[in-house]
Amino acid sequence: MSLLEVHDMTHYFGGLRAVHDYSLAIDPGQIRGLIGPNGAGKTTIFNLITGIYHPTEGNIVLDGEDITRFEPNQIADRGLGRTFQNLRLWRYLSVLDHVKMARYSKLTYGLFGAFFGTGRRVREEKATDALAMELLELVGIPHLADQIVTNLPYGAQRRVELARALATEPKVLFLDEPTAGMNPEELIQMMAIIRQVHSEIGMAIFLIEHRMKVVMDLCERIQTLNFGEVIAEGTPEEIRNDPEVIEAYLGKEVVI
Amino acid sequence: MTTNPSLTIASMRERLRSFLSKVWEPYRSVPLLGWLLGALVAVGVEQLVGLPLARILGLTKIPALFGTVVILDDPLLIPSALLFTFLIYILPIGLVARFTTPITNRIAAKLMDYPLIVTAVIHLVLMYAVLHIWGDISDYRVLVARLAMISIILTLSLNVVNGYMGEFSCSHPGFMSIGAYVASAFTIVLFVSENRFGEALLPESMGPFMFPLALILGGIVSAVGALLVAIPSFRTRGDYLAIISLAFMFIIKSLFENLEVVGGARGISNQPNYATLPIVFLWTVISIWIINNFVRSTMGKALNAVRDGELAANAMTVNTRKTKMAAFLFAAFWAGVAGGLFAHVLRYINPDTFGIRKLAEVLAMVYFGGLNSVTGSIVGAVGLSLISEALRPLDIYKWIIIPIILILIMIFRPTGLVAFTEFDIERLFQPKEETSEGAEHVTA
Repeated sequence: MSLLEVHDMTHYFGGLRAVHDYSLAIDPGQIRGLIGPNGAGKTTIFNLITGIYHPTEGNIVLDGEDITRFEPNQIADRGLGRTFQNLRLWRYLSVLDHVKMARYSKLTYGLFGAFFGTGRRVREEKATDALAMELLELVGIPHLADQIVTNLPYGAQRRVELARALATEPKVLFLDEPTAGMNPEELIQMMAIIRQVHSEIGMAIFLIEHRMKVVMDLCERIQTLNFGEVIAEGTPEEIRNDPEVIEAYLGKEVVI
Repeated sequence: MTTNPSLTIASMRERLRSFLSKVWEPYRSVPLLGWLLGALVAVGVEQLVGLPLARILGLTKIPALFGTVVILDDPLLIPSALLFTFLIYILPIGLVARFTTPITNRIAAKLMDYPLIVTAVIHLVLMYAVLHIWGDISDYRVLVARLAMISIILTLSLNVVNGYMGEFSCSHPGFMSIGAYVASAFTIVLFVSENRFGEALLPESMGPFMFPLALILGGIVSAVGALLVAIPSFRTRGDYLAIISLAFMFIIKSLFENLEVVGGARGISNQPNYATLPIVFLWTVISIWIINNFVRSTMGKALNAVRDGELAANAMTVNTRKTKMAAFLFAAFWAGVAGGLFAHVLRYINPDTFGIRKLAEVLAMVYFGGLNSVTGSIVGAVGLSLISEALRPLDIYKWIIIPIILILIMIFRPTGLVAFTEFDIERLFQPKEETSEGAEHVTA
């Protein structure tokens, strides 16, 4: 049995079938990729698995627990962290607070502790501070801890998002286009960070990418999606040479 | 050669600014303790020589609120009032704060060695002493001070919803009235013998000790009321809360208008005089402490996360629904407590007190002072209370001027005077410069 399993997931937006009979099985520590042309339904699949939408059919099992109808916060708490394609950072919070926020469900001091500043709260906040700083060091931005995120350059904001997702202690980390909008230099740094995070923490990673180089370099197995259906699945090498994938990306070759 | 007038204005402004910063320079290193000491001396001086000085300056009595009321009452006395304020407040505070700086800084540094609670209590005792001596001059001052402090509680609690959480709630007067009525009924039934509720059930001497219970009860009941607003409106974001909470405010108002047992539209009076200056001060301090604790914890900052991106907050394990509910009920609780205090300060309430005008007042204080800021709420509540008292001679025109002030604030500082800051109590009490002992260490 795999760590994360998705069985025959189908989702309709009204009359539009966005995802059809999608299945997935991720093992611990594996890096998987999901590629496909624009509008193929990649992000929808992410949103379905992480609970932002609930699938019309099919079910999702994480570590033996059916999480299909769970709310996003419950799913995140169970070990499914994610980043967003278009950064969703909080405008007025500092970098450190971003990372700490992702520890919300792990805090046990409760409202009483929040109101009265109990010793337990002080201890837990301190421990969370330390953990958040560790993660910021891991992604290489400990010096920005006190900054407000809106003041940061784009590459740093991406790192904040990654650190934040890591703070949920994910068993599977979902990265939605982690290198979108980055220049080649930032891209190389980001890939190095993802590799490092993977080797240090060792969680499974499931990532959406547009840039072939990133997917081909990082992933062990890749799924290719078109119009909400998986048209090919295999190793990077197999995907690269798959005629259907080439067709989906480049169009059909017409012989005149 | 032509002189550009705007250039000279700019250079004059620059000169003024550099002059002010030069005057201000030595005061940068004054710790809070120094300011409090200065204020204590100032109110002491006023107590001793205030009246003779006022007479000499041609004022009939000591200006009640730093001369603000005189400005509109009798414009000819403005110079005297200004001079009085300068001689009695600004001069002593300035001198004492400046010349005790080394001592107060050293004391503040020493206090850092003790637990925060000790430092806090010392500062609060000083603060209360200043307030008490200042209020000793006239009952009017005591009334204004108590109402201003109640406004602080109310403004802070509304800021939790409208600022920290980023929703727009209009039901605060409703929560306040629930708290006011519940607490009034509690104290009157138990401790006051009068026509409506009959003989007192408990000896009057127990009253002041049971008063906190009355306030907390009022707060809890209004939090339960808040649940009625929260359940339907927190399923979605947006304008629903504003509309539902506005409706709730009017429903509560007409509920009390039609509830004959609490006097209907005539209201309820004869509340015992339990909300004295120290009691209101204490409750204000407690509310600031608890609310500040809350908004600075990760649990409280989850409100900001919900405001700035609910989807992301939810995906980062934040239970957004629970967070919003808890904060809303929490805010309603404090509004209820403020209402209970308010009822026992005025000792007469009617449903009309808690209408749209009260709402406008609280909203104005929140947006004037600054969203997402404890300091801002204090500034807003005290500032608008004082402005409101100062403009009292204008009667109904007050309600034209206050909105204009608000509009100006919205134009020049859209989020309010002191928005988006953290209120760090520990830093507040800290010494503002290296103490001489510290300096000796460096040289040695």
